[in-house]
Amino acid sequence: MGKILVMVAQRLALGLLTLFIVSLIIFLSVELLPGDLAQEILGQGATPETVAVFRHQLGLDLPAHIRYLHWLGGMLQGDFGQSLANKRDIAELISGRLGNTLFLAGLAAVISVPLALTLGILAALYRNTFFDRAVNVFALSSVSFPEFFIAYVLILFLAVQLGWFPSISNIGPNTEFFERVYRSLLPALTLTLVVMAHMMRMTRAAIINLMASPYIEMARLKGLTPRRVILHHALPNALSPIINVVALNLAYLVVGVVVVEVVFVYPGLGQLMVDSVSKRDITVVQACSLIFAATYVLLNLTADVLSIVSNPRLMHAR
Amino acid sequence: MEAALKLLRSAPATAIFGVTVIVTYVLVAIFAHWLAPYGETQIVGAEYLPWSDQYLLGTDNLGRDMLSRLIFGARNTVGIAFLTTCLAFLLGGLTGLLAATLRGWVDQLFSRAIDVLMAIPALIFALLILTVVGTSIPALVCVIAVLESTRVYRLARAVAMNIVVMDFVEVARLRGEGLAWIIRREILPNALPPLVAEFGLRFCFVFLFISALSFLGLGIQPPTADWGSMVRENATLITFGDITPLLPAAAIALLTVGVNFVVDWFLHKTSGLKT
Repeated sequence: MGKILVMVAQRLALGLLTLFIVSLIIFLSVELLPGDLAQEILGQGATPETVAVFRHQLGLDLPAHIRYLHWLGGMLQGDFGQSLANKRDIAELISGRLGNTLFLAGLAAVISVPLALTLGILAALYRNTFFDRAVNVFALSSVSFPEFFIAYVLILFLAVQLGWFPSISNIGPNTEFFERVYRSLLPALTLTLVVMAHMMRMTRAAIINLMASPYIEMARLKGLTPRRVILHHALPNALSPIINVVALNLAYLVVGVVVVEVVFVYPGLGQLMVDSVSKRDITVVQACSLIFAATYVLLNLTADVLSIVSNPRLMHAR
Repeated sequence: MEAALKLLRSAPATAIFGVTVIVTYVLVAIFAHWLAPYGETQIVGAEYLPWSDQYLLGTDNLGRDMLSRLIFGARNTVGIAFLTTCLAFLLGGLTGLLAATLRGWVDQLFSRAIDVLMAIPALIFALLILTVVGTSIPALVCVIAVLESTRVYRLARAVAMNIVVMDFVEVARLRGEGLAWIIRREILPNALPPLVAEFGLRFCFVFLFISALSFLGLGIQPPTADWGSMVRENATLITFGDITPLLPAAAIALLTVGVNFVVDWFLHKTSGLKT
């Protein structure tokens, strides 16, 4: 048990270090801006005096490491600074949208994870049958499609032709829970199709890999049903790679949300980020990048820790 | 030529389909000027005209011929994606092979730098950098090439690691061959098959990546014809049940599926030859 704790602690320390370096990169990438941030915002016509005053307001006349500490300290306390484009408080801009994005990603996860695992296990159970091949072809092709293609095909069929769902996810802070689920179902479905293939194929591969090992052979020779062999003998040992791939895909989900949000005009963080990039609103982009990157790093870290903890061989280490 | 034909005849249907798709796209891209009925940015009629004899696929949001833009898009989108992939391979492949051959601090330096780059989601990182340097095609190509080179580096290094310890590399070293010679003549030929397969897969990722950015309006900028931005510009038509805006997206999907099929076949082929 002690060994596991050490491994987990190591991973956590490494994760924190990664987070720190990531924040440093996000900060420094803006430092590399050719020219000067103040000059960039005010334009060519500004007098040197105005630029100097504005630099002072932004705190740009301080040395870089002090500004970095200010910036990071502010972020950790929920103070994200001001938007350059409209002078609004970034924390205010972000708070509701972050919730919406997490809601969408969560909804997609709730649909895709059980579906992918079930289909993966079924494909392993009925290996080399028509069902298996159909699932495989479907998985391969859905990875090859751009997200917006899947999104628009769903809109065309489910929203325009059948009229089951709205093609635009109009969600406000006062939308009721079930209404909210209904309106975000189409974007969630798109995300599900995007991330499902990978999870499903990994589940299938992990179980098929195990099926060749001697202890499964033994279980089968004892006369157990295929269902029992897979669910009680193979699955516990296959769990570690499966959990890993699920967490990795959840990390992908949080990022993949960006394109889908734009298609469905979903009021989330991704859309805010894309808007801010086209306006070159650097402070907002920095804040969004940090949130996305931190979520991504944390989910990857969770994947690592869970795969250590769920490995039966490590649990009973001699 | 004959050998190539023979090889093709032994290929499965999916691979033949993939090769056909890729060849068609390349031909369309090369002969875009002759194939397209109208110019790339030429405004030929009213906006959003339906399909007709004069404009086979109708016109877009500014009254440009959809078919012509689709054809020119093959040249622009695929061309830029190909260029980016080549750059990513040059960068990632070279550093990967160097790290595996030199080991020591060079390996540590490259590997740790790449670990950090990979910890940030690529799309987010690209968005951040494009905000700073502005959206232009050279910036787009460089940013994506650097981000994708991380994966190439990992593979090139892993493959080369297994080759570096072989006897024939040791012999070449003892013979006093230089670093460049060892990499080019001893390691590269042996590392090629997995790298070629990776090239196909990486191309798909780069292609989808650029299309996604263009779709977000942050990639290839108008008036250049590009499939991602064409979907974005004409997306409103979909709400009226018109499938025209889906065609560029389908063109993207078809090419990635085709490349995937060929890579699958290639992997099968090369792994089969070894055993």
